Amino acid sequence: MRRLNPSLVAGGVIVGVIVATALLSFVWTPYDATFVDPSVRLATPSWAHWFGTDKFGRDVLSQIMVGSRTTLFVGVVAVGVAAVIGVPLGVLAAMTPRWPSELIMRTNDLLLAFPALLLAIMFGAVFGASTLTAMVAIGIASVPSFARVIRSGALQVMRTEYVLAARAAGRKPFPIALRHVLPNVTSLVTVQASVSFAIAVLAEAALSFLGYGTPPPTPSWGRMLQESQEFLFSAPRLAVFPGIAIALAVLGFNLLGDGLRDRFDPKLEDRR
Amino acid sequence: MNVLEVAGLNVSVRDTTLVSDVDLTVGPGERVGLIGESGSGKSLTALSILGLLPEDVVPSGSVRLSGVDHDLIGADERALSRIRGRDLAMVFQEPMTALNPTMRIGDQIAETMLIHHTHPTRSAARAAAADLLDRVQLPADLLRAYPHQLSGGQRQRVVLAIALSNDPALLICDEPTTALDVTVQALVLDLIVQGVVARSSALLFITHDLAVVATVCERVLVMYGGRVVESGPVHEVFTNPRHRYTQGLLAASNLEAAGSRLTTIPGTVPAAGHFPSGCVFRNRCAHATDLCATTPAWSGTSTTGYACHHPAGAPHA
Repeated sequence: MRRLNPSLVAGGVIVGVIVATALLSFVWTPYDATFVDPSVRLATPSWAHWFGTDKFGRDVLSQIMVGSRTTLFVGVVAVGVAAVIGVPLGVLAAMTPRWPSELIMRTNDLLLAFPALLLAIMFGAVFGASTLTAMVAIGIASVPSFARVIRSGALQVMRTEYVLAARAAGRKPFPIALRHVLPNVTSLVTVQASVSFAIAVLAEAALSFLGYGTPPPTPSWGRMLQESQEFLFSAPRLAVFPGIAIALAVLGFNLLGDGLRDRFDPKLEDRR
Repeated sequence: MNVLEVAGLNVSVRDTTLVSDVDLTVGPGERVGLIGESGSGKSLTALSILGLLPEDVVPSGSVRLSGVDHDLIGADERALSRIRGRDLAMVFQEPMTALNPTMRIGDQIAETMLIHHTHPTRSAARAAAADLLDRVQLPADLLRAYPHQLSGGQRQRVVLAIALSNDPALLICDEPTTALDVTVQALVLDLIVQGVVARSSALLFITHDLAVVATVCERVLVMYGGRVVESGPVHEVFTNPRHRYTQGLLAASNLEAAGSRLTTIPGTVPAAGHFPSGCVFRNRCAHATDLCATTPAWSGTSTTGYACHHPAGAPHA
């Protein structure tokens, strides 16, 4: 039995808690997250409201719970978009001859040089601010890193004897990509997805903070931060709770990514 | 009609020639050895027959396979992929990496038969795969195993089963036993010979091991510096070598001269593109003269002969 590495366990636990919270929020939250109760505006944490209430009297804990749904949803769709475009591009770049491959990778570099947030704001300005545009924009901005990582992995696979053997057995390029190259880069895809997820969570928070992300009243950690700005001195807890949630989510997915990489790369594990 | 006819094969990368003027024929059911040190161009010759050379390595000349009405050199990938694995199969050197780690053994064996529709349905291919495993003396329950669960010798037998699955007219083996234990070597060699004899397939066997050639092959070609320097029946070449390189190679592997110092060929194989002009062996040859600056002509027939200005031994019978 292999020793479990600590970052995999820590990352797994944090991500697990966030996923569990999101699932729980579908069936139960202490209060309705969007319910406005003027009688308890800006209440401090108490037994009735564990994390206190905001300027409209909404329960902060309930908002954070429901907000985790937005965060995970954005992450899943953004990473999905990035993987669906980036993985085939990377494999294609590894398998095609020099010219098409160079074209793909240089276009990729161009996109890599473009700041993700700027792209998302541009998308927001053109298509209107919504969770969907934010997700797609973050996803597209994450395509280059996927394509780059997958290409390097696929290049290694292409040099193995089993790919040569598959060609010697008369396999055509597309089945080779599907049956021999893709299954052997799945570990890279998993690791990259986990790292990109962390980036997507942060990007969604930043976009919502700037007003280009999830529109009200859907709770979102980034918008909670933005709404807390005017009370930063009188009620700093309004910024602290969503801030901790964002930090934990990013930390969790990064640790998970690190842990998965160590687990999939035996050379790295031997060195420790 | 020969199964394989290679004529005037040249392989070059940019302006460096790696293989020059290789002529090679393999008759039906014949077992031919291709022998030489690392860097002599044996593997490149094999890869150009299959059309699997890397992108910037360019072959020229002619490679004809019986039953195929076009030249394999310059044929497009689509035409080649119909031939590979059906008429022409290959066993590679490294059994540890020659199987896909994410696919079950049975699927990998069945795959080759499904590609070429020799067994049209998945279940027929599965049954054939079990039969093939049995022929290489592996239990049928390995069909559901993954490559990492097998030893090197077992994997090489699986690779052999895959190569033989479509009864190819020609099987090419590139150093198939070099990475294996000596005890396993004998078994794998035995299975290779049994496999090709049972299918009356021809065999092109690439190795640097003289003893292996002597047990497996009927005829041998000796390569050095990208050229065929000598060829002939195994017995004749090994007992009465004509080319000075063949002579040196045989002397270096003579283990009966116990007690004395190991006999070696002076110097090392030059890097690709740094072989001397004329006779490629002249900078390491004790018999070289000024005459050797010109490329020696081929003496003998197309299947038995040598290319040397100062041949050793008596003329071939």
